[in-house]
Amino acid sequence: MAATRDGYGDALLALADNPKVVVLEADLGKSTKSLHFRKAHPERTVSCGIGEQNMLLVGAGLASSGYIPFASTFAIFTERAFEQMRNGVARPNLPVHLCGSHGGTHTGTDGSSAQSIEDLAIYRTLPNVVVMHPCDDVSTKALTMQLPELGKPSYMRTARNKTPVLYDGKEDQIEIGKGVTICSGEDVAIIACGVLVHEAMDAAESLRSEGINATVIDMHTIKPLDTDLIDSVAQNCGAIVTAEDHSIIGGLGGAVAEYLVSSNPVPMEKIGVPDRFGESAGSEEMLEMMGLKSHHICEAAKRAIARKA
Amino acid sequence: MSIPELEEMARKCRVEICKMTHRAQAGHPGGSLSEIDILCALYGSRLRARPDDPNWEDRDRFILSKGHASPGMYAVLAEMGFITHEDLKSYRVKGGVCQGHVDMKWCPGVDFSAGSLGMGLSFGMGCAVAARIDGSDRNAYVMVGDGEIQEGSIWEAAMAAAHHELGNLKLFIDCNGIQNDDFCEAQMRMFDIPAKWNSFGWAVKVIDGHNMEEIVRSLEWMDSITDKPAVVVAKTVKGKGVSFMENNPAFHGAAPSDEQLQLALSELGVKA
Repeated sequence: MAATRDGYGDALLALADNPKVVVLEADLGKSTKSLHFRKAHPERTVSCGIGEQNMLLVGAGLASSGYIPFASTFAIFTERAFEQMRNGVARPNLPVHLCGSHGGTHTGTDGSSAQSIEDLAIYRTLPNVVVMHPCDDVSTKALTMQLPELGKPSYMRTARNKTPVLYDGKEDQIEIGKGVTICSGEDVAIIACGVLVHEAMDAAESLRSEGINATVIDMHTIKPLDTDLIDSVAQNCGAIVTAEDHSIIGGLGGAVAEYLVSSNPVPMEKIGVPDRFGESAGSEEMLEMMGLKSHHICEAAKRAIARKA
Repeated sequence: MSIPELEEMARKCRVEICKMTHRAQAGHPGGSLSEIDILCALYGSRLRARPDDPNWEDRDRFILSKGHASPGMYAVLAEMGFITHEDLKSYRVKGGVCQGHVDMKWCPGVDFSAGSLGMGLSFGMGCAVAARIDGSDRNAYVMVGDGEIQEGSIWEAAMAAAHHELGNLKLFIDCNGIQNDDFCEAQMRMFDIPAKWNSFGWAVKVIDGHNMEEIVRSLEWMDSITDKPAVVVAKTVKGKGVSFMENNPAFHGAAPSDEQLQLALSELGVKA
């Protein structure tokens, strides 16, 4: 078990050999794990205090001067700098890489104010911005390591709490914009991101015991969406379930639905946070309360299969 | 450039501001006319930049945060040779380099894509940090409006720039006293602006923003400050140089009519 935010921190430190990489903090470096970079390279770390709006645009100024800034804070606090991200970063297409940690209801006991459930949806609407939500520390590190070559802005959500490690020794499977097929079955495809990739894998295991074969996809990049992979599973499975620790509105489920409806519509069910805010509870309790556990995914899979023509 | 040359440049730019906004029948003449003497002094006597190589990496940066006052900046860029006077006709026109708000993706010589108030100082801080890491002595100059400092993010940047002792960050506040809806005094009183910046740890100087000699001296003063960010609080008149626009909130965001243009041009010494 490991937290995706640790993968982010490890990646920043590994990227420090690139003299153009700079790190921006808003008093949460201990939490987002940029602190390791700060300790090693204080001369390339800029404390912006508790001021996220300023941080995003300091990043834009650095990017316009040839640097590759990595800015991080809690996912929820990135949102108060949304207009800075929109007008100051995305619009001029400056390669500022924003990381929002502590995303989703899995964040747990801090309660609803800290549980961003809309970040993927809002950043997905911005032209030029790549949006990612990896499921383990290894893939988080692998994706972060690819960002200096991206040449455009990005948003990555990481999670506070530990999740199983999936990709140890399989880093080369991780590429921005390419979903990973974790297991293959022909009855239904479960397309998940972040914490819910693990729930999707558990769901596939349960379904198998009932004679239902599921494909599980880790769609760590929500934008650009891997539409070739969606085409493929829509054709092969004929039914799709999306699963995310994010609002049911506008996130991975929204992105997949938008694509499917104009390409190859098949029955689709969405697992996500219903249109409500969270509350204080443990991570597992939150997933259960919000209907995001593997048994919820199993039920959704059966509903989708039942709707096949 | 000498003081008389800078004053003549500013007069020509005022003419262009009136023509551009008249041609577009839109835009912001008032705040362009209040800022223009400072812009001419900065570009004509101080800014290290190359019109024939606008992306030169070690150039000083100029960030017009009050990006709606773009006609003033476009006029100066044309005078300096970054763009042509013909380009000025593209102001607010489809496909034109002179977008409604200054935009680094569209116009040579523009270092910042403006539009939302309160953003330029933070961007300038990023440019100043980059210069420091590079070991370069280049400066980042930023201009904001007085109404603009009502934006909270300005004070995030003010605090952060002083904390980081960014002696290469230079700010002008164009204090023309008028914002979109009304006089600043009516919309949101800002009380003692120089005292606020002083208390945030900045070096502060108050000047007459239409006195070219004073402006040039303030630029020299700014460059002499190297251990902290410096701000010039410039007392200006919105619409300066055109009688019916001066101190008139109606010309924050309104273009002159045909008749008003002719009157403005005659006041600015253009022979019919």
